[in-house]
Parts: sequence; C-alpha cells; structure tokens
Amino acid sequence: MATSKQITFSRRSFLRTSTLASGGMLIGFNLFNACKPDVALPVDISQLNFNDFNAFIRISDEGKVTIFSPNPEIGQGVKTSMPMLIAEELDVAWGDVYVVQGKLDTKNYTRQIAGGSQSIRHGWEPLRQTGATAKQMLINTAAARWGVSPSECTAKKGIITNANGETLGYGDVVKEAAVLEVPEDVSLKDPKDFNIIGKNTANVDLNKITTGKPLFGLDYKEEGMVYASVLRAPAFGQKLESFDATATKAMPGVLDVITIGEKVRAYFDKKESNWTVQLNSNDKVVVIAKTTWEAIKGKNAIKAVWKDESTPESTESHDKILLDLLEGDTFKTMRSDGNVKKAFAEADKVLERTFESPFLPHNCMEPMNFFANVTPERVHLVGPIQTPAAAAKVVASLLDRNIEDVHVEMTRMGGGFGRRLYGDFAFEAAEISNAIQKPVKMVSSREDDMTTGVYRPAIKYKIAAAIKSGKLTGYHLKEAAINGNMYGLIPNFFPAGAIENYQVDVANYKSNITTGAWRAPYTNFLASAEQSFFDELAEVLQVDRVQLHLNLLEKVKGTTDERIQYSPERLQGVIKLAVDKSNWGKTKAGGVYQGFSVYYCHNTHVAEVADIIMTNGLPIVKKVTCAVDCGIVVNPLGALNQIKGGIIDGIGHAMYSELTFKNGVPQSNNFNTYQLIRMGQTPTDIDVHFVESNMAPTGLGEPTLPPIGAAVANAVYAATGKRLYKQPYMSNMNVEEQIVG
Amino acid sequence: MPTFNLTINNKKHTVEAAMDTPLLWVLRDHINLVGTKYGCGIGQCGACTVHVNGTATRSCLLQVSQAEGMKITTIEGLSEDGKHPVQEAWKDIDVPQCGYCQSGQIMTASAFLENNPAPNESEIRNAMHGNICRCASYNSIEKAVKVAAEKLS
Repeated sequence: MATSKQITFSRRSFLRTSTLASGGMLIGFNLFNACKPDVALPVDISQLNFNDFNAFIRISDEGKVTIFSPNPEIGQGVKTSMPMLIAEELDVAWGDVYVVQGKLDTKNYTRQIAGGSQSIRHGWEPLRQTGATAKQMLINTAAARWGVSPSECTAKKGIITNANGETLGYGDVVKEAAVLEVPEDVSLKDPKDFNIIGKNTANVDLNKITTGKPLFGLDYKEEGMVYASVLRAPAFGQKLESFDATATKAMPGVLDVITIGEKVRAYFDKKESNWTVQLNSNDKVVVIAKTTWEAIKGKNAIKAVWKDESTPESTESHDKILLDLLEGDTFKTMRSDGNVKKAFAEADKVLERTFESPFLPHNCMEPMNFFANVTPERVHLVGPIQTPAAAAKVVASLLDRNIEDVHVEMTRMGGGFGRRLYGDFAFEAAEISNAIQKPVKMVSSREDDMTTGVYRPAIKYKIAAAIKSGKLTGYHLKEAAINGNMYGLIPNFFPAGAIENYQVDVANYKSNITTGAWRAPYTNFLASAEQSFFDELAEVLQVDRVQLHLNLLEKVKGTTDERIQYSPERLQGVIKLAVDKSNWGKTKAGGVYQGFSVYYCHNTHVAEVADIIMTNGLPIVKKVTCAVDCGIVVNPLGALNQIKGGIIDGIGHAMYSELTFKNGVPQSNNFNTYQLIRMGQTPTDIDVHFVESNMAPTGLGEPTLPPIGAAVANAVYAATGKRLYKQPYMSNMNVEEQIVG
Repeated sequence: MPTFNLTINNKKHTVEAAMDTPLLWVLRDHINLVGTKYGCGIGQCGACTVHVNGTATRSCLLQVSQAEGMKITTIEGLSEDGKHPVQEAWKDIDVPQCGYCQSGQIMTASAFLENNPAPNESEIRNAMHGNICRCASYNSIEKAVKVAAEKLS
C-alpha cells in the first residue's frame, strides 16, 4: 500500500536520575540509543554530566516540571511542540511546565537537527514514550506507598489518585520514583484522551520575545568578548592576493587584523565535497574590535586586492548553460517507468514547456554570527545553528581537538531556512578565537550575509507530456541545476506512479558560487514548475484540472512501489477539501480569479487555491485556501503559523525575489536592492483546513511553500490568459502588455 | 573618544563612542539592551525600531551624537511589566515564529497606535509595510495590531 510508512524506533529508553541540591529531581532519558550498561547511575548532581543526556524532565518537590527541548529552534516551533509531546504523556498541566533549550549531546543523540520538517515526525514516538515512562514510575512509587497495585492508580495533571480517592502530587513521590526500576513497554494514550496535543499552545518564548530579552545568537555575550568582522572575497571565483590594513589599525576600537581560511581549507581539501557543502575556504581578512560597529567599520576600511582563481560567472551565462544542458545529453536518469521514448514517438500531441528560477539568498533576519571561545581546556561554541553536531565535529577536526573538548550551545535562531545547516560561520568563529585566544563573536553585516551566502541555486526544468487520442501517455521531466540535483525520493513524488511512461532526468553544472538547501530544497521550485505544467496540460487534454489530478491519483491506489511515499488517498483528500472550502469553479464577483495547486513533500500532503485580482495589469493575491493533511496536529496554533508563513514566503519568493550575478558579484547586497515580500503584498485571508486524522504527525516547516507559486501562476493565467514560466513572476511579466490586454 | 549623555527608558546613560556610531550599536554593545535588533543597517527592515520622542525611528540610522537630549524608548522600556497593550496583543495572537523581527514590529505598531488608535486595515498595512518579517508572520501581525487597537480604545 502506498500509505505513509510507519517509522520504527528503538523503544528502549534509558533513564538516569538525580536528586537536585535545590530539591526535586532530574530525569534524563536517552531516547534513541540502547541502554549503555557501563554508565552508572549518578548519585548527585555534581556527578551528572549534562552532556550525557539528550532530553530531560526535571520535577521539583513542588511538582513543577522543566522539560529540556532537544532540537534547535529556528522559528518552526519545536521548542514548544516537542515538549508538548513529553508533557502529554507525563500528564502534567502545561501551565506547570517550563521549557529550556537542551545543549548539544554528541554522544547519545542521533538527530539534534532542524531541517527537512522532520523533528516532530521523528520525535512523535520516543518523546511520548519518555513522558509515559516517567509517569508510570511516579505512579508505581505512589502505589507502593499506599500499598496498592499501580493499576488501581491514575495520574492526571501531576496528581496521582488511588481507588480510595487519596492523592499524591508528582512532587511528593519524585525522589523515590528516581531510584525505581525503569519500566519497559509502558502504554501510550489513545489520541482521544489527549489533553495537550491538539490544543492551541503559545510559543514558549513569547514573553521573552515580546519584551526583548536576550535569546538569539547576536544577543549572547561573555566577559572579555571581542567582535570580529570578516572580509570575504567580493566575487565568487576570487581569492585574496594582498591587503593593506594600515587605515583600519589606526581606527578606534580596532584591536587586531588577522587572516583566516587555512584551517577550513585544509579540512575541506581532505573531504569529498558534496552538493551541500562547498563553502568558501579562501583566505579572509578579519578585523577584531571592541564593538560590532568598530569591527564592521574597520573591515570596510581594509584595502584588499583580489585576483581571479576561477572564471567569474554571471546570471546571463548560467541561463545559457542551463538551457543548453536541457537540450544536451548529459542526463542521469533518476526514475524511469515504462518506455517514455516510445510514448513520445507514438504521441499525436506533445506539450513541452520550460520553467526557470533564479538564485535565492536565505536572508535570515538575524545575519550569520557565532560565538567561540577556544582555550587550552575546551572549545566553547554558542550560537544559532541547525546542525550543532556536524559543526562540533568539523571544529574538532580543524582545530585538531578531541570531540569531547567541543561544547555547543544552541541559541534561538533569527530564522534558518536552510542557511544555518552550513556551519561556516561557526568554523570561522572557532578559527578566529583559536588565532587570538579570546572569546569572540563573529558578526556578518547584512551585506556580508547576502553576498557571501550558500544560495538556493538557479534551476530550470523542461517538462514534456505525450498525448495520444486525448489521453496522457507519457511524462518526461528534465532538470538542469547548479551544483547538484534533486535527491532522495523527490523523483518519486507525484506524478510518479500515476503515468505509465514516466522519466525524470537530471543534469548538472558545477559553479564556483556556493549553493545549498533552501526551505523545501528543490521542491520549492519543482512544485511550481510541475503544477503550472499540469494546469496547462489539463487544458490541452480538455479535462478539468482538479479532475485530472483525481483521475491520475486513482491509478496510484494500491501501488506496490515502495518508493512511492505519498498517499493517493490523502492527496485526493486535500484536493477535495481545498476545492470545497475555496468554492473552486464557482463564479466569483469582483474580478477574482482562482488558481489550483497540489503537492506532497516532507511527508505532508497539501492543496492550495489562490484567489487573485488584477490591478493595473499586476496580480494581487487576495486569499489563499489551504488544505493540509499532516496527520495529528500537535499544536494547531503553531501549525497555523507555519502554514501561513510558508504560503506567504512562497508567494514572496515566487513573485518578487531574485539574486543575479555579474562577473561573480551578487547584484544585490541589502534590502534596498533585494525585494522580500512585505505586509502590503500579502493576502488578507489565508483560510487553512486540516484533514482530520489519527495518523502520526508530519512536519509543517516546509510543505506549504512549494505548491503556492503554481497556484498564483495558474490564477494569473485564469485572469489574463498568459502563462508564467519564469520566476520571479513580477520581473518577468510584460506589464504593459497586460494593461493593454 | 567623545562621550554622550543619553536618556534611554527614563534612565541616564553616559557612553563613550565614535560620534557616527549608530544608536543601534550603542544600545546593543555599550548599554546591553539587545532587544533592539540589527537586520540591515540601512533603515530598510525595521528590526531596530525604537521610539525617539515618541516617534518610531530606525536606530541604525540615528547616530549617537544626534540622540543626545532625546527621550529614547526601546522594547525593554515599552512597559514595566511587559504588558503594554501591543505586547499583550502579540501574545494573544501568538505572533512570533523565529521572533527576531518582533521587537521592531511591536515598536512600530505601538508608536503608530499612539497616533492613530482606531486604524482601518489599509492604515495598518501602510504603517507596518516598512518592517520585514522573513518568517512571514504578517497576517498575525496585522491581526495583533487590530487587537491592540481594541485594547487601547
């Protein structure tokens, strides 16, 4: 069956406990590893190595609960939703829970990552198991004290009750519970008994955010800390030849000027570079100063000479290279069903279209930065990072230190979107601190951040459909991309499995511009291309575009193809829900036109309908109706934030944003020359509907973004009869023509 | 290095800084008020918004030498208890995603509502257009401004 696959985890939890000096106790769970027999139970807090744990529950004598949230928080809400899973099964009142960001645990933890919308999906079973195990131990303790069987006791909101109506709070029994045997195979709640999961739960950092408390990487300070501003090559393909820091060194507040790059270069020279990591490891000039402003000013006064190391590239040349690749024969086939060649040879009609997308920087609101303090004793790293474990490993290697010496703390992140998967900023901070032997904060200016990024690369798709006797008989998608291609199961997303003769081919161009993952990698544009194509295809086939999808999905039902991870039933479910709630196909007043789009990615099924009006020949998105099947909705409030944010982010980047290059130089460096969507450009209404489900939850950080571009483009077609093939749409629409037309 | 006397959140501060230092960095690095955020440094994103004599101002564009004698309010001083109606509205709606831009959004909204306590939708959209939210929490911000307006009236 092509339903969502069950993920299985080791159910063995290893628990360690300790009495706190201040009262109460600490329970640490090793969630993902089997029990390590050589680890002794710590007897007091001073012997407890916090880094040995990956998730904590701390219960005080008063019954207050602290939960340590393991995964990095980038705005996707896991610092709220992951502790909710523990609290649900522990059965405490959410108001009694205090959440603290857990540190990196390189020893025991397997996935302390923010990426791919996977935190909740992977945490669903083990985090609930953690809470349920602790609850059972507390019940067992109370039962023993009363001399009754644990099965006669219940626990709710931190209170244990026996058959006689006697009660004990968690805080009353927590010390004894700590020394009990850890029970195996505790049962989890029936979803209908959930008290916390499924309830609107506000962001746990809400008070701190709204009052400006230090939370983010840039806010972190230590005594004696200095600031570093890094001058990197202004053009991709260039390296440092020489520099003159005379003026800089005479500036107030400037403490030192050094160069870095050697250590990172040596590390990456040893490694086989893959598509995700091709970081700039050329020499950089670093200005160390007492304050951020003095460091940035000092950096701007450096006179550096750069020389070409490889040929500087331009958007113009990329366009030609990618279009040539689409016409060439250097493809690698990612999936092939039936006989596409034959289907096209026998077709009586072929629809073929090319879709184009630009480079995109991530533009996290908090520019890249990191704190490092390298001392003979240890390497202390603090900052916003999506991949703390990987960064610790690289830093240990490039500074030639034991991994045990490297300690990483994650701050709240001012956005990630994929940019903070790459630890370059942490490597730089570590290399700088190692050189100057001081605690240092590396701070990128907005200009540094935008022009020395790890960008979403430009990608072009050529999609062709073979039609015979009015029926779709073949589908051939070709991808031409920079520094990598679609990966994993993406070639098996819809419409794979729905068309007998189906082929996905990819071709690649190696660029000297650094590229990487960007919110919903590859699908963020692939969905726009395919779902725009299907809109046109439906018209050519003279089938209703919604019906075309429903018909194709019918063919996938019952597939035995293990690679097909999407569920045709669930995709049909979101399509029907979106169509129903958006009044799709009904006559609209006030010049409103609709566009439809549906997509599966990151294990979540989404359908969207965009309502637009045209004003002066330009589209304005008024409303988006969105149907989502993400299984059980853990936190509806947080889920809505992710869904709406993903949709507006998707509209913004499909319509307005692009980064072009000329001779290796990014042509935008700040928000005066780079357009991000703003409030006035957003739809006033985003109407979200969840498919009711008891299935395990899947993530929401990414899946609502990919389909929206096509929903907008298809609505523009409905309004104007013009197809949009190139993003950003607003730069590639012939406005004058639209006004006349 | 010259010294400057500043009045921030009703407290007097004397700082030593180059006269062209943006107020933003004086707040963050010298006075340790890090609620005011750095986003672009050129007045385009609004993350660094503070109130200068009651007016929403980009602290990245105001030099410390120009800030003397002015009444400066940052997010830390917007209310004593974090319960300014705009802060309360932000919590009611659960606006923040990453949260980085929100202190700037709150400072823009609070100054705006001071002058226009009963705005309509397009007035809210115009007032907030200068503040970028990369997580695109715009719909929630818009709703929170409306809720704050109700609280104020």
